[in-house]
Amino acid sequence: MTETTTGALAPTPRQRFRAGLRAGIPFGLAAGVLSISFALVALDAGLSPLATIIMSVVVFAGSAQFASVAIFGGGGSLAAAIVAAALAHSRFLPMGASIGPSLPGGPLRRALQGQTVVDSSWALAARPDGSFDRWLLFGSTLPQYVMWQVGTIAGALAGDVIGDPDRLGLDAVFPTFFLVLLIGELRNGRARSVAFAGAAIALVLVPITPIGVPVLVASLAALAGLSRRAREDFERRAAEVAA
Amino acid sequence: MSASTALIVGVALTTAAMKAAGPIAAGGRRLPTAALSVVAMLAPALLAALVVTSAFADGTDLAVGADTAGVAAGGAAAMWGRSVIVCVIVAAVVCAVLRAV
Repeated sequence: MTETTTGALAPTPRQRFRAGLRAGIPFGLAAGVLSISFALVALDAGLSPLATIIMSVVVFAGSAQFASVAIFGGGGSLAAAIVAAALAHSRFLPMGASIGPSLPGGPLRRALQGQTVVDSSWALAARPDGSFDRWLLFGSTLPQYVMWQVGTIAGALAGDVIGDPDRLGLDAVFPTFFLVLLIGELRNGRARSVAFAGAAIALVLVPITPIGVPVLVASLAALAGLSRRAREDFERRAAEVAA
Repeated sequence: MSASTALIVGVALTTAAMKAAGPIAAGGRRLPTAALSVVAMLAPALLAALVVTSAFADGTDLAVGADTAGVAAGGAAAMWGRSVIVCVIVAAVVCAVLRAV
C-alpha cells in the first residue's frame, strides 16, 4: 500500500487529514454560498424547507441536486428528474474508478469511502503519480459537507428574504468554484491542451445532449494521456515525486 | 410517499450507487501506467467541461450573460492567487452589479 511505502518522513494519516481540513475550508465556505442558491432554487421548484434541507443532508452532490430540482420544478416526471441527476452526476463514474485503487478494504468499505468524494476533494487529493491521498480526501470533504448543510439551512429558512438568487449573482458561483479548481490543474502544456479539448467537446454537445452528458463525454479528452510522450512525461513526474 | 420524498430517496440512492461503482470496480490493485496517465488528465478535462457548461450555457442553450462576466472576474482573482471564497464572492458581486445596472 502507498501508505506504508512513502518513507519514514511521510506525514501521518492524522496530519494528512488536518492538511485536508485546512485545504477544504475555503472550498467549504464557497460550497456554503453555492448551497444557499440550491435552497432557493429548490423552494422555487416546490420543495418544502424541510425537504430541501433533508435533500442536502442525504444527497450532498451539488450538480445532481440542481439538475433534479430543475426538472422537478419544471413539471417533469419523477423518473426524468432522477435521470437528470444521474447524468449530471455521471462524472463520478470515471472519478470513482480513478480513486478506487487508492482505497483499502473490501468492496463495501471502498464503496463507503467513495461516498466522501466531491470534485474539489478529489482534485486536492490527487498525487502526481496517479494515486490519491485518502486522508486528505476525507479531511477536505468534511468542511464542505458541514458548510453545504449550513448554506442549505440558511437558504431554506431565509428564502423569502433573499428572493431571486440570480439577482445576487449566485448563478456565477458554481462555475467559478470549478474554474478555481481548474486553474490549479493547468500545470503543464498537456494539461492545458486536454482542458481546452474537454471544454470544446462539452460546448459542442450542450445544444444536442441532456445536461451532464457533455461533461461525461468531455472526459474522453483525458485519453490524450495514452500517447507515448504523455506516458513518458507521466513516469518522469512520478519518479521525481518518489525520489 | 409524497412526490418530493420520492425525489429525494431516488436521487440519494442513484448518486450513492454512482459514487460506489468506481471504487468497487477498480479497487485493490494498482492500475497500469497507461491508465494512471489517463487519470492524471481526467481533472483538467472534467473541470474545464464543468466550467464552460455552467458559464456559457443555460440548460441546453448556449448563452453569455452577466454570470459569464462574473465568472471571468472570479477567474482573474484566482489567477491573482486569491482564495476560492474570495473568487466566488468577486464573481457574484460582478454578476449582480451588471444585472442591476
